[in-house]
Amino acid sequence: MGVTISVNRSKLKIRPSAGSSIGLSMPRADTRRLVAGHGRYMDDYTAKGELHAAFLRSPFPHAEFTLGDLSKPTSLAGVAAVLSAVELDPVCRPWRCESKAFPGLVSPEQRPLALARAAYEGEPVAMVLAVSRAIAEDAIELIDVVWRELPAITDLARALEQGAPTAHPDLADNLAWATELRSGNPEDAFAGAALVLEENFVFERHTGVTLEPRGVLADWDPAAETLEVRISHQMPHQIQLHLSDLLGIPLSRVRVICGDIGGAFGLKMHVYPDEIGVCAASRLIGRPVRFQTDRLESLQSDIHAREHRVRGRIAVDAEGRILGFDIDDLQGLGAYSVFPRSSTTEAMSALRTMGAPYRFGHFRARLRCALQNKVPTGQLRAVGAPISCAVTERLMDLAARARGEDSLEFRRRNLLRAEDMPCVTSAGSQMFGLSHEACLDRLVELMELPRIRAEIETMRRAGRWIGLGFATSVELTASGSEAYGRADVPVASVDTVVATLQLSGEVTAQASVSEIGQGIGQSLVQVLADAVGVDPGCVTVSTGDTDGVPHGGGAWASRGAAIGAEAAWGAGRALREQILCAAGALLQAAPETLDIRSGRIVDGTTGSDRIGLDEIARTVILQGYELPSRVRPQLTVAHLYRRERDTFLPNNGIQASLVEINPQTGIVRALRHWAVGDCGRIINPLLVDEQIRGGVVMGLGEALLEACRYDAHGQFVSGTLTDYLVPMAYEMPDIEVAHVETPYEGSVIGAKGAGEAGTCGAPAAVLNAVNDALATEGVRVARLPITPFVVLRALGKLPEEAMT
Amino acid sequence: METIDEPTFEIACTVNGTAVRTRVPVRRSLVDWLRHDVGLTGSHIGCEHGVCGACHVVVDGRVVRGCLMLAVQADGQSIETIESPSASARIQALQQTFFERAALQCGYCTPGIILQAAELLAETQMPTREQIREALSGSYCRCTGYQAIIDAVDAAAARLRGE
Amino acid sequence: MKPARFEYVRPETVPAALELLASHGSDAAILAGGQSLVPMLNFRIARPHMLIDVNRIGGLDRIEVQDGALIIGASARHSEVLRSQLVHSHAPLLREGLKHVAHAAIRNRGTLGGSLALADPAAELPACIVCLDAEITLASRRAERAVAAENFFTGLYTTACAADELLLHVRIRPFDPQWRFSFSEVARRHGDFALAGLAFAVRLARERIDDCRIAFCGVEVAPRRLRKAEYSLNGAEVNNGASRVAACGALAEELEPMSSGDCPAEYRIRIASALLNDAVERLAREESFHGDD
Repeated sequence: MGVTISVNRSKLKIRPSAGSSIGLSMPRADTRRLVAGHGRYMDDYTAKGELHAAFLRSPFPHAEFTLGDLSKPTSLAGVAAVLSAVELDPVCRPWRCESKAFPGLVSPEQRPLALARAAYEGEPVAMVLAVSRAIAEDAIELIDVVWRELPAITDLARALEQGAPTAHPDLADNLAWATELRSGNPEDAFAGAALVLEENFVFERHTGVTLEPRGVLADWDPAAETLEVRISHQMPHQIQLHLSDLLGIPLSRVRVICGDIGGAFGLKMHVYPDEIGVCAASRLIGRPVRFQTDRLESLQSDIHAREHRVRGRIAVDAEGRILGFDIDDLQGLGAYSVFPRSSTTEAMSALRTMGAPYRFGHFRARLRCALQNKVPTGQLRAVGAPISCAVTERLMDLAARARGEDSLEFRRRNLLRAEDMPCVTSAGSQMFGLSHEACLDRLVELMELPRIRAEIETMRRAGRWIGLGFATSVELTASGSEAYGRADVPVASVDTVVATLQLSGEVTAQASVSEIGQGIGQSLVQVLADAVGVDPGCVTVSTGDTDGVPHGGGAWASRGAAIGAEAAWGAGRALREQILCAAGALLQAAPETLDIRSGRIVDGTTGSDRIGLDEIARTVILQGYELPSRVRPQLTVAHLYRRERDTFLPNNGIQASLVEINPQTGIVRALRHWAVGDCGRIINPLLVDEQIRGGVVMGLGEALLEACRYDAHGQFVSGTLTDYLVPMAYEMPDIEVAHVETPYEGSVIGAKGAGEAGTCGAPAAVLNAVNDALATEGVRVARLPITPFVVLRALGKLPEEAMT
Repeated sequence: METIDEPTFEIACTVNGTAVRTRVPVRRSLVDWLRHDVGLTGSHIGCEHGVCGACHVVVDGRVVRGCLMLAVQADGQSIETIESPSASARIQALQQTFFERAALQCGYCTPGIILQAAELLAETQMPTREQIREALSGSYCRCTGYQAIIDAVDAAAARLRGE
Repeated sequence: MKPARFEYVRPETVPAALELLASHGSDAAILAGGQSLVPMLNFRIARPHMLIDVNRIGGLDRIEVQDGALIIGASARHSEVLRSQLVHSHAPLLREGLKHVAHAAIRNRGTLGGSLALADPAAELPACIVCLDAEITLASRRAERAVAAENFFTGLYTTACAADELLLHVRIRPFDPQWRFSFSEVARRHGDFALAGLAFAVRLARERIDDCRIAFCGVEVAPRRLRKAEYSLNGAEVNNGASRVAACGALAEELEPMSSGDCPAEYRIRIASALLNDAVERLAREESFHGDD
């Protein structure tokens, strides 16, 4: 079961070792522990003398406040301290989101606890430290606070209107940032087009709902002047950097440990005031402080995402070729641009991938990002791609229908072909190594499309409202150093793996990518196994502790395999070389005549066994006199991998959704779903398939269920899991998955990002499927989530209503 | 954990087969008590309003939401968590098939789902996929999209039937 | 979300519970299944001074037949009621309704009495009890009394149960074998509270609807018999489409739906009518009725 991994431009042609692990579907070794209930999540740890934190949060979307006399809550039995911004200021500086990628970005200063004014419902304004969470909450109720409500802006449609309340009173308006993109001659192209189709989209805000809520345990040791932080976070080094900076503690004195994470999805990569506040509180009082958001706080104060109103237009010529896209995007950013990456990144991620699967020469986009008195938005799984995919693919369907043409044929004509690439799209994204046509062909085969179409006909004749929808997508993954480096935002895009040969012959490694449940640890085990020449059962990879692992990027933009695995390969090959050097010296053979297979040094030609890796290690470490003086093997090696070209690695995919609408209730059921994708070389197909499935279901939630809603007064009304609906098992379909593998030519292994692709295309596929089901009624929907009320309003069965 | 002047109540119960006699604050939930006072952290907290199922434990042979029971109500009961050393053949089969099928990613929902699935398999030896989905409809998973979980429960049922 | 402080007492008998209610009733909450109460405690929406745990009171969970009537104790767990052969044969409607109640782990603790006493407008069991014309027995230190189901649910989360009263049991009288029962519901997801749920009972004399009972959950602030719709349906041939449509029309007129969240009143009327329409149609097709399983 060999896999030949070849590097286009490298001299090396790497031969696989026997029993190659890369490409193998294997269970994740670490999950044995998890199924037994031996996961160790943040809240499973305790620290001696710890205090529990609880927060007083603004109940209003916008309000000034005055904290009164704090003696009552402070004197409650079991309470150690009641803190406000005033107490934390000396130990924590405020922060503001700034990025050279978004010059002129308007985003006011933030503190761990608000000072005098809360700009969103749920913003922390005071903090209690007590011996139990229950007592801390008791004390919160005793805090004397006077609120003076201010006019609030929550409705995105109104946020940039003349006379709208401003999210921050000292600002003239709510415009946080704006930009325009332009390519070709869009005015002429649209004016002269055979067909122009337009749609107005509303994407409602939603959120991540990780099952493990955010949480942190911070322990400042006043004697050692060190801060140890255990936190449920995707990037230990990122948060280490910010804690060091915000709290004024030298970086080497801050240790961040991210153990088992109960779901992240981009939600846990940001800087949150409450988490910084907990660390600052520990610094202040010199005792460990622990905090976990409860579900109410989580829904209210975790980053939200993807609140957009988009007017999209597509221009098509008489031959059915796309001329261009014209996009007007209004983003609901929230009260602050999330720190440090900026909420506007989501909008740009959408704009840059508009029309990405296709050839088109003309593009115009206008983006305006509006401040609102709502919790900040941030990058959530697939970031802006679900929006660009939904807009693009819906316009594609509208155009195909206007031409009276099959929507797949219309797509096929316009897809970027191998000969079109590499290229830069008119929206400014580099496209290369994509396999749109192959994926489309594979999808048609996977679905048995003619049979599905016949089944749909049968169901329709029986009076059922059935719809089939497609969505092609491109996602920009595995961001390189250009992405944040040029913006002067301190986000690492390189990763390091340190690998060691132990006395036992096992290989242990530390990797700076993060395991967040996606299985990257297992993938790195398989890469290291092949790189060195040992069995995967003899390899252990650890992640997440800044003390044990060099600075790196953690988990985001689906970079684990594309970047982390390259670092692992490099470290493994370097370790292999060192081992062979030692072996050669001990066996008096040239290293190039030897090989390592299943943890044994063997003759490279005959395969005959010479000596074990454990014996090599023992000799080097315990009986070094056996080695000649010039031979100094290193049994611990490190490899830092930076991708030297290509700011992003684009991946591509196509999905299909089969839905049924109940015309009485308006409820949409996803009956079946298919996803074909190309994420380059797949290290562990079992784990990648499940990432795709999980991503698709998240996308189905976005399409049909999930919305963060606000009432007419701007109050958040989706604050419990009975209000904010997420996909549960009964309604979800089985999802059929297939892959096309086009390895990235610029790396050894050739992996691209995979973890977010499911979420990228699923909402668009469902949107198109619902519209297909409604087509005979002559109505359209262009709003996510597609609730029963959206369907029935489109059908004219319910009165129109303002929805914010 | 200090209880200061909280009202408390004495309880006697068994937890994973071990007899326990202790005082608990009356407002402490069963799952909080198990996690922080008994030290069994395998049951997890996801919502504290009985929706997500991460907190499942078995009380007198029945799966319950640990966040919706008070620790005082454990008095006189037998409590079993995912960590129980005498896990049933059903639980063990599920743990094995969940592992093999990659029916978990972050693992936070997994103990709760395994206990619920085990109760299904105790009642139904040959559940259909729809029955499995229905039985697990009260357990939230954000990572897997459920399909692998259904496969794993199906596989465990087959294994228990000796197939 | 941890509850505010409360005192906790655990009476072992009904009289002991009634004593407590007499002294503390207005400031106490009964802890039975806890599946609705505990979330409210956690949210600090419910802040009783005292929790009276009735789970130890013997006999309060009995399911038995007395003089032909089915008696279900207030503390009977949903899962036990679902499993009970007596309920299966004497009140199959309850079983049908219970299948839609939440999820297995909730049903293992939740109780009939708890569900009725809370009177959540979207809860299935109150509508079933009204449809079955059951009797609810309440006890206090003062007296014991039986309240007809229809008089029990008086408003939004409001019942006839006084602050010092304890719900003891529900009594469901026997029905003639010509009665057919069904429960159906519309919800966003399986196990969610109903957007609308119909508890429907029909006595058939040959092909004619001789008598019927219609009660909804999820539509109005409290379940009640929709008598105008019932009247419209009575006497009709079961497969008479015009009568069915007329009954749905009468229903739409009669209902006074809630409007909540993003679910407008018009939607509830729409799906309530659809549920009634489908239930009568199914009856005509003799599908899925009255435990022929």
